[in-house]
Parts: sequence; C-alpha cells; structure tokens
Amino acid sequence: MIPIDLPTIWAFIIAFAVFVYVVMDGFDLGLGILFPLFPAKAHRDVIMNSVAPVWDGNETWLVLGGGGLMAAFPLAYAVLMPALYTPMIAMLLGLVFRGVAFEFRWRTTRSGRNRWDIAFAGGSLLATLAQGVALGAILQGVHVEARHYAGGWWDWLTPFSILTSAALVIGYALLGATWLVMKTEGDLRDRAYRLSWVFLVLMIAAIGAVSIATPFLHVQYTHRWFAWPGIVLTAPVPVAVAGVTALLTRSLAKKYDYQPFLLSLALFALSYAGLGISMYPYIVPQSITIWQAASPERSQLFMLFGVAVLIPLILGYTGWAYWVFRGKVKVESGFH
Amino acid sequence: MTAMFGSIDAIILARAQFAFTMSFHIVFPAFSIGLASYLAVLEALWLWTGREVYMALFNYWLKIFAVAFGMGVVSGVVMSYQFGTNWSAFADKTGSIIGPMMAYEVLTAFFLEAGFLGVMLFGLKRVGPRLHFLATLMVATGTLVSAFWILSANSWMQTPAGYAVNPAGQFVSADWLKVIFNPSFPYRLVHMVLAAYLTTALVVGAVGAFHLLRDRHLAGPRVMFSMAMWMATLVAPIQILAGDQHGLNTLRYQPAKIMAMEGHYRSHPDGAPLVLFGLPSQAEARVKYAIEIPKLSSLILKHSLDAPLAGLDTVPRENWPPVPVTFWSFRIMVGLGFLIAALGLFSLLERWRGKFYETRLLHIFAVMMGPAGFIAVLAGWVTTETGRQPFTVYGLLRTAESASPLAAPAIASSLLAFIVVYFVVFAAGVTYILRLMAAPPHHGEQGPRSDVPARAAGITPAASVAAEGAV
Repeated sequence: MIPIDLPTIWAFIIAFAVFVYVVMDGFDLGLGILFPLFPAKAHRDVIMNSVAPVWDGNETWLVLGGGGLMAAFPLAYAVLMPALYTPMIAMLLGLVFRGVAFEFRWRTTRSGRNRWDIAFAGGSLLATLAQGVALGAILQGVHVEARHYAGGWWDWLTPFSILTSAALVIGYALLGATWLVMKTEGDLRDRAYRLSWVFLVLMIAAIGAVSIATPFLHVQYTHRWFAWPGIVLTAPVPVAVAGVTALLTRSLAKKYDYQPFLLSLALFALSYAGLGISMYPYIVPQSITIWQAASPERSQLFMLFGVAVLIPLILGYTGWAYWVFRGKVKVESGFH
Repeated sequence: MTAMFGSIDAIILARAQFAFTMSFHIVFPAFSIGLASYLAVLEALWLWTGREVYMALFNYWLKIFAVAFGMGVVSGVVMSYQFGTNWSAFADKTGSIIGPMMAYEVLTAFFLEAGFLGVMLFGLKRVGPRLHFLATLMVATGTLVSAFWILSANSWMQTPAGYAVNPAGQFVSADWLKVIFNPSFPYRLVHMVLAAYLTTALVVGAVGAFHLLRDRHLAGPRVMFSMAMWMATLVAPIQILAGDQHGLNTLRYQPAKIMAMEGHYRSHPDGAPLVLFGLPSQAEARVKYAIEIPKLSSLILKHSLDAPLAGLDTVPRENWPPVPVTFWSFRIMVGLGFLIAALGLFSLLERWRGKFYETRLLHIFAVMMGPAGFIAVLAGWVTTETGRQPFTVYGLLRTAESASPLAAPAIASSLLAFIVVYFVVFAAGVTYILRLMAAPPHHGEQGPRSDVPARAAGITPAASVAAEGAV
C-alpha cells in the first residue's frame, strides 16, 4: 500500500485552485483587456453583464489560492510574497479598480462611466501583467536564505518574466474573446470571432516562446523535459497542444459557439500542466520543495477534511449560478 | 534565529499600511453583515405578507448592498495578501494555525456569498421568489460565517490557546477546538456581530429619518425607520452588556490592554478610580489633567469598591501598549455606545407617546447618528489592536519580529499607492451610495441595473417579479 503523501495532495489542491482561478478570472480579466477594442456603449454593457453575476465567485479562487498557500505551505507563502512584492501590490490595486467598476459604472453619469470603463480596462491589464510577471519570477527562482527571501525588491523584473507577462495577457485575451463568442450574438460576436483568431495566433507564438525559453533557465527544467524517463510524460504535451490548436482553428472556422471557449480552456490546461511538470516537486523552484514548505500534518489533515467536503459543494452551487445565467446575453433584455 | 530585518521605519510603515488598509476594509463588512441579514428579513416579510413596500425596500437596499459589497470584496482580497507581502515572518510562524482558519473562511463563507450573490442581485426573475430567497439567505449566512472564522483567527492572536511550537519555531496546532474556541473568541464574536447589526440599523434609521424629515407620510421610510429604531432600542443595551463581559475577559487574559484602556499607569491596591478623561503621557507614565471617579474602575472590573487593580508599573516597560491611542479610542467607542442606547430609548419614548413619525428632534438625532456605528467599530478595533501591542501573537511573538524583510522605500511606495487608490475609489463609492440614499424608496422600486426603463410596477409579489423581469 502506498502511503498517502499529504504535501503532494496539497500541492495538487493548490494547483487546482490556482488553475480554476486562472481560467475563471482569466476570461473576465480578458474582457477588461479587450474592452478598448469595443468602444460602443451597447457592446460594453453586454460584455459587463455577461460576467457581472459571476466575477466575484471567480475572484474568490484567488483568495483560496493565497489562503491555501499560507495554510498548507506557510514557508513558501512567506518567501514568495516578499519576493513578488511589487507585482503583488500592483495586482491587488489593479483588482481594486476593475472590481469596483462592475457596480460603479452603472451608478454615474456618461463621463463618469467612461472613467470607470478606463479603470476596468486598465485595472484588468495591470492585474494580468502582474500575474504574468509573478509566474515568470517564480519559474526563474528566488534568492532564499534561512527561511527568508534574501533578494532585492526588483529581482522579479527580467526578460523572461516580461515574456511570461505578455504571454498571460495574450492568453486571457483569447479566453475573453472566446467567452464573448459563446455569450453574445450579432456584430459583437462577429468582432469576438475576429479577435479570437488574432489572439489564437499570438497565443501559439507565446506558448512556443515560453517553451523554448524555460529550459534555459535551469538545467533541471532541461532534464525534466528532454531526458529519460521524464520525456515519457512530457512528450505528449506538445502533441496535445498541436491537436487542441487544430480543433480550435476548426471550431473558429465553422463559427461554433461553445467549442472555441472550451478548447481555449483546454489549451490553458495543457500549458498549465507543462508548468507543473517543470516545477514539481519544488514550490519555490530550485530552493524549497513541497515537503520542506509543508505545514504540519495536523494542519494539512484538518483542511483536507474541509476541502474534500466543501469543494464539491462549491463547484455544485457555482455551476448552478452559471446555469441560471446561461445562454446569450442580449442587448435589449439582459438581466440588468 | 529571527534576525530583525526591517528597520524601525520599515516596521512602522508596515503597521501603518496594515492599519490603513484594514480600517478601510472593516467598514464594508461591518455594514454588509448587518445589511445582508436586513435584506433577508425584508424578503421574508415580503414573501410572508405580500406587501409591496417590503419589496420596494428590498430593492432599494439591494442596490446599496451591491456597491458596498463590491468594495468589501476588493479591499478584502488586499487583506488576504497583506500577511504574506508585509508580514512574511508572521506568516511563516503562524501560517499553520491562522492559514487553515482563513482557508475555512474562504471555503465556508466567501464562496457561499460569491456563489449566491449573482442570483441575489440579478436572478429574481430567472429562479423565482423562493429560490431567490434561498440565495439571499445563503449570502446572509455567508457574511456571518465569515465573521466567525476571521474573529476566531484574530482572537487566537489575542489569546492564543491549543498550540505547540515546532523546532523550526512555527506555531502548530495541538488541539483545533481549543485553537478555534480560544478564550476571547466568543466575546469578540458576539460584540462584533452586534456592532455590525447596530451599525447597519443606524444607517438604515438615518436614511429613513432623512426622508421622514422631508415627508413623514412616505411608506418606505416609515417602515425602515421603525425597524431600525427597534433594533437600536433592543440591541444597544445588549451590546453594552456584551462589551462589559468582553472587558472582563480581556482583564483576565490581556491585563495590560485594560490598564491602557483605563489609563492605569500605576497600581491601586485599595480601589482604582475610573478615569473619565485626561491626557495620558507615555513619557511621564501618568494621566495628566485626569477627571476621575474614585473606586469606580474596581467596581466595574472587580465588582468591589476596594478591590486592588494592578497598573502598568507591574509590566516591563518594553511590553507597554501605546496608552494614549488605546485610552482615547476606547472612550470614543463607549461614548458612542451610550449615545446609540440613548437614541433607542428616545425612539421608544416617542413610540409610546404616539409621536414616533412626528418628532423632528428624534429624526434629526437619528440622521446625525447615521455614521456613529462605523466610528464606534473603528474605535473599538483601534482599542483592541493597539492595546495588544507590542505583540502580534499575544505574549509570544513581537510585532517587530513579524515583519517582512523589506526595505522601507518598498513599503513606503506601496503605502502611498494604497492611500491614493483607496481615496479615489472609495470616495467615489461612498458618493454613489449617498446618492442612492438621497432618493427615497418609491413604489415599484427596481433592483440593481435599473437604468433601463421598466414597463410596469407591480403591487403583489407575483407582479413585482414580472416587473423585475421587464428590466
């Protein structure tokens, strides 16, 4: 019988929470990024209404990711947060601007609405850039000494982290565009189709660039991806990416409603799996493993009980909320 | 093993940042805990009686709730990352205890609120009145469950229990029940939830009174004013009792905090006076220009006129909390508490005289007391958080040993950014809320997003639902 390894279970739970966050808030941050490309008020109203009932739930996964990391791997949380100080603060401030815009833009005059539209777009872009930079900074590793971050407060800024940042903006924009394909109709959807094409091409280029750059960061990454036996696990990933891309191209060409969004999610899942393969078993790459960072078994077990019971429930009622607001959002008779 | 990384400046800045972001944040949950319950009551009354006025009030307050809740969410996400960014040594040492409690808060409360909020705000037509009421109840339950966990976590920091310390110097749980139900938790929970209910009641009462001053025949304002004043009448005295019990608990577990609140620098072996006002001087270790009532402090805290009470002279100087802030914030909170109770009694008197909707002085008083709950909540938190200094985990982990290894300029820049952004964003939000409050609730009030003209306003629940669908 294989002993149950709690830190590994928790690594998967945190990874799951972050992934759900990335795809769920990803598409609504993506809508903010695309906002400047939809100048008409009628379009913007529809775009906002397509996520207004669910954005708050989407963002809750970020709180679970942060809280869960602190609870299950306090050392990693304590090292990574100061290391990512500036991107984290930038992300939080960006989320403040875009979060309040959901309500504020309905409560003001025309010029006020324009201001909150800018806040929504700017805040979404800033939060995405910061998350992308943070991803790059984590992958390249941080300087740790005696349980503390020991680097400077600009260490996170490198060409690689700028690359991952741009890649995430592109990825969220693709999710946002395909979400709009699914949730809207008429000329708004036509524009969303065109944008989906643009961002799909950019997304493939970005996945390629990050995949080429990552092995150069650390020899461990190279080994993981190109040496036996790791290659058994890693080789199918690029093949699957190619397959999903082909299906996504076809679904866009055939102007399907749901498939482009679902296939974009699949593309994200594959990229995410690739990142996981690179990092495991480190939680702070090259310095702290999940076992070194883990909180005591008593803490991890205590939470595991809650997660096992509550996550299925949460997924259930979150799914119900999406179901209640399913279908196309119409300009003249939205639920607002 | 804990080197002191941050300079004194860095720690002061980190504390200022926590105090600033926390003070902005707490205002919104304090309001939305009470408002969510109020909305649930309004919707229940509407379902029960079918009276249109309850639906109008529900939709009126729902719009305000939507704005306030959004601000609470975004300022709350900031708080959940502050532990890591600015207090990473604290996060490493207490993460195994505080972390699981915060994770449970997310799992049992935040998701519940967020998951049902969309249906509560926009879904009445789509799911029907009964499921919609369930969504409202879930949101209200979520706000209370959230208060349960976060106050448990805070209370553990004030009165740690059920823990052990591992070789890495981390606090770990030895008994989760003792951790969660630590000694100060029940008192703090009751005190804070009652405070949230009173805060909301004062806001609702002030809005009702404001519109009654213009036209005392308006149905909506009459109903909300009456409901709010019942709340003030009944809950304010209970709150004073709960606060007293909380104080006795603090005397037992955090005596230095009580000494600071009372301004007792020196010990009183035969009966301590109650210092009403004065200027505490930390340097001279005495309260200047003190106005005192002899022996009253001993009577309140020990239920005996001559009971001895120890002062800060029994506590090592490096463990003193900052007395002036604690002393004054406590007096602000208590003073407002008695004013709220006075408002409740005044309203009861006018009700009994049959002049409840006519006495303008009562309405003016109620309008002026609108923000009193917020100020009292903030003053109370300042009291309890400065009074437990210089520790983050009381008696065990000093604030100076809790901070992140950050340079002062990094914290100063982020603090400045928070101040600028919060003032812009929250000033706008409060303006929008006040604008919503400035108009009285009217017949056929619509819910959030009513910028599209409605076709018809209904009178019965069924018709209101239909009207809701038209928007």
